[in-house]
Amino acid sequence: MAEAASKQRKRPALRFLSPNEWRGLALISPALGYAVLMLAAPLLLVFLLSMWTQNYLDLDTTLTFANYREAITDPLYRLLMIRSIIISGIVTVVTVILAYPVAYFVAFYGGPRKSMWLLLITIPFWTSYLIRIFLWKVILGYNGVVNSSLLGLGLIEEPLTIILYNANAVVITLAHAWAPFAILPIYVALSRIDTSLLEAARDLGDGPVRRFFRVTLPLSMSGVVAATLIVFIPTVGDYVTPRLLGGTNGLMIANMIQIQFGKANNAPLGSALAVSAMVIVASISIAYVLLNRRFLKSRG
Amino acid sequence: MPSDTTSRDTLISIRNVEKHFGKVTALNGVSVDIREGEFFSLLGPSGCGKTTLLRMISGFEMPSAGDIHIGGEDMSEVPPNLRPTNMVFQSYAIFPHLTVAENVGYGLKKQRLAKAELAARVDEALALVDLDGYGTREPHALSGGQRQRVALARALIMKPKVLLLDEPLSALDKKLREAMQSELRHLQRTVGITFVLVTHDQEEALTMSDRIAVMFDGRISQLDTPEGIYKKPADQRVASFIGVMNFLPAQVTSASDRTLGIDVAALGKLSCPQDDRFAKGDKLKVGIRPEMLTIVYDGEKAEKNSVPAKVADIAYYGDMTYYDVVFGDGSHSASVSMRNTAGRPILPIGAMTRIRWGPESIVLLED
Repeated sequence: MAEAASKQRKRPALRFLSPNEWRGLALISPALGYAVLMLAAPLLLVFLLSMWTQNYLDLDTTLTFANYREAITDPLYRLLMIRSIIISGIVTVVTVILAYPVAYFVAFYGGPRKSMWLLLITIPFWTSYLIRIFLWKVILGYNGVVNSSLLGLGLIEEPLTIILYNANAVVITLAHAWAPFAILPIYVALSRIDTSLLEAARDLGDGPVRRFFRVTLPLSMSGVVAATLIVFIPTVGDYVTPRLLGGTNGLMIANMIQIQFGKANNAPLGSALAVSAMVIVASISIAYVLLNRRFLKSRG
Repeated sequence: MPSDTTSRDTLISIRNVEKHFGKVTALNGVSVDIREGEFFSLLGPSGCGKTTLLRMISGFEMPSAGDIHIGGEDMSEVPPNLRPTNMVFQSYAIFPHLTVAENVGYGLKKQRLAKAELAARVDEALALVDLDGYGTREPHALSGGQRQRVALARALIMKPKVLLLDEPLSALDKKLREAMQSELRHLQRTVGITFVLVTHDQEEALTMSDRIAVMFDGRISQLDTPEGIYKKPADQRVASFIGVMNFLPAQVTSASDRTLGIDVAALGKLSCPQDDRFAKGDKLKVGIRPEMLTIVYDGEKAEKNSVPAKVADIAYYGDMTYYDVVFGDGSHSASVSMRNTAGRPILPIGAMTRIRWGPESIVLLED
C-alpha cells in the first residue's frame, strides 16, 4: 500500500512511509515502546525461563521441555488447571447472566439518567480490590452477615459452611468484582441497537420473548462475547481471591504458580505453568470467538 | 388516476383519538374512516401528528382517548404483533444479522411452514418487489432503494389487511423517489391491500393517493381526494401547504340566495356561487393557483377578466416559466406559471403585460 502511494506521488526521500505514516508512528511510539519494554520483553523472559532448569540455587540454561512435561502430566497441576478453568467459567457465566439484565435496564429504561446508572455501576471500584475481598469475608463468614441473618430468621439451624473457604466463595466474590466489566460492553452493544429493529420484530408478529431471542440477543452478542472474554481471561489467572477466600479446595493455578516462584523456589516450573495456562486460556478464547464470529462481523 | 374506492367498506375506523405526551398534545380529536383497498395518505408538516396516528394504527402508541377499530375489531387491547397491520419503517429497519431472504421470511417463521414452502413464499415476495435472486445477499451490501424493497417484501409477505408506510421514500434521491412512487402505486393496485402512507411531501401524496388527510397541529384540516384538496383547499394553511397559491384580499359586497358578489384587490369585482361561510361585509382571502393565471401576449386583445401587470421576476424551469407579477398600483403581486409552448416568448423583467383570470378558478378562503 505504501509502495503504491509512493509511486503515485513520487516522493524523493523516505520512500516507504508517507508523512502521515511517520506522524502516526511517532504518536504511537511512546505507548509501543512501553508495551514492548514492560510486556513483550518480560513475556519473552518467561518463555526462556520456562525452558531452563532449577538446580537448587543455580539455573541450568540448557533448553528443555521437561518443565512442560511436568506441568502437563503431574495430576496436581492438571487438577488445578481444570479447576481454574471450571471456576473461572462458572464466574464468567454467572457474571454475564447477571450483568445482562442490568445492561438491558440501563440501555432501554435508563432514560435521561443513563450516566447516573453507569456511574453507580462503577461504585465497587471506588474501594480497593483487597478491601472488597475482606468485606466478602465479613459477609460470608461463619459468624458473618449472611449466616447471622439466616440464623436470626430461623431459616437455618447452624451457620452455613458452604459459602466461605471454598470454590463458592471465589465465584461469589469474583462475579461481584467483575460485574462492571461485563455490564459495560453489553450496555454498549444494546444501546447501539436501532429501536426500529425491535419495533419491526414486534410488527412482524414476535412477542417480547421471541423478539429477544431473534433480534435483541443476536444483535448484542458482540457485547456478550466481549464481556465473556473480559471476565474469563483475567479470572483464570486470579490468585488473590482464591488465596484469601478459597480455602484448600478453592485454590487455583495462579496460586501454584506463585508457590513455584516463591516457596518452592522453582521459577522455571512456575514459568512453564504460566505459559501453559496462557496457551490454554488463549486457545479457549480463540475457539470461543470463532464459534461466535457470525455475531462479530462489522456491518456497514 | 386514482381508482374509485368511494363505494368500498370502511376498514379502519378512528374515532375521537387524542394523544398527549406529558403537556404536549400530538393528536387533538382525530376521526377518520379509511376504506378497504384504498391508498390513503396522512400529509402534513413535521410535528402535525401524522406519524403518531400511524403508530397508533400499528399499535406502537396507544391513544390517550378515543378508539381505533380495524376490520370492525377494537384494537385498544391488541398489541402490535397481533394486529393485521404491517409497517414499512422510515429507516427500513432491515435486520442486519439476517440475509435478505431471512429478513423477508422473518414474520412467517412463526407459522412453521415446510422449508420449501417458506422458500417459495419468500421468492414470491422478492419477485413482487423486483428483487429476484437477492435472497442470499447481506443487507449491508444493498443500496437504499433495495433495502426499501426488502422492507416492502417483508411486510407484504404477511398479507396484512393494512400496510403502513412511514415516510418510506424520504431517504431516496429524487429520481429513485419518483420511480418508487409509481411503483408503490402499481404495487398497491396489484395486491389490493389498504396502504396508509405518512408523508410531508405534498407532491408524493397527490400523485399516489386515493384520498389524503391533511393534518395540522394534531387535527385533520381536510380530508378529500388529491384533486379536491388541490382545487378546493379548506383553508389558507392547506392551500399554501399544497402546491403554490396566490392569496389576494377581498371583501363581500353583496350576498343573495344564489350568488355572492365580492371585490378582489387588484382583480376587481366578480360574482361567485353562494357560500354559507360568508355574509355581506366579510373580509376574506381569494386563492388562485399560478397556472390559473395567464399572461396575455401582445397579439391577443385585452378582454374581460384581465388586468394590467408588470413582470417583477422570472424563474425559468425549461418546460415552464414562473413570473412574479405586480398588479396595477403595485400593492399586490402574484405568481403566474406559463407552459413554454412554441411561439410564446419569455417576457423580460419589467415588461408590461396583462394577466387574464377566470372566476371559476378562484377559491374563497376564510381570513
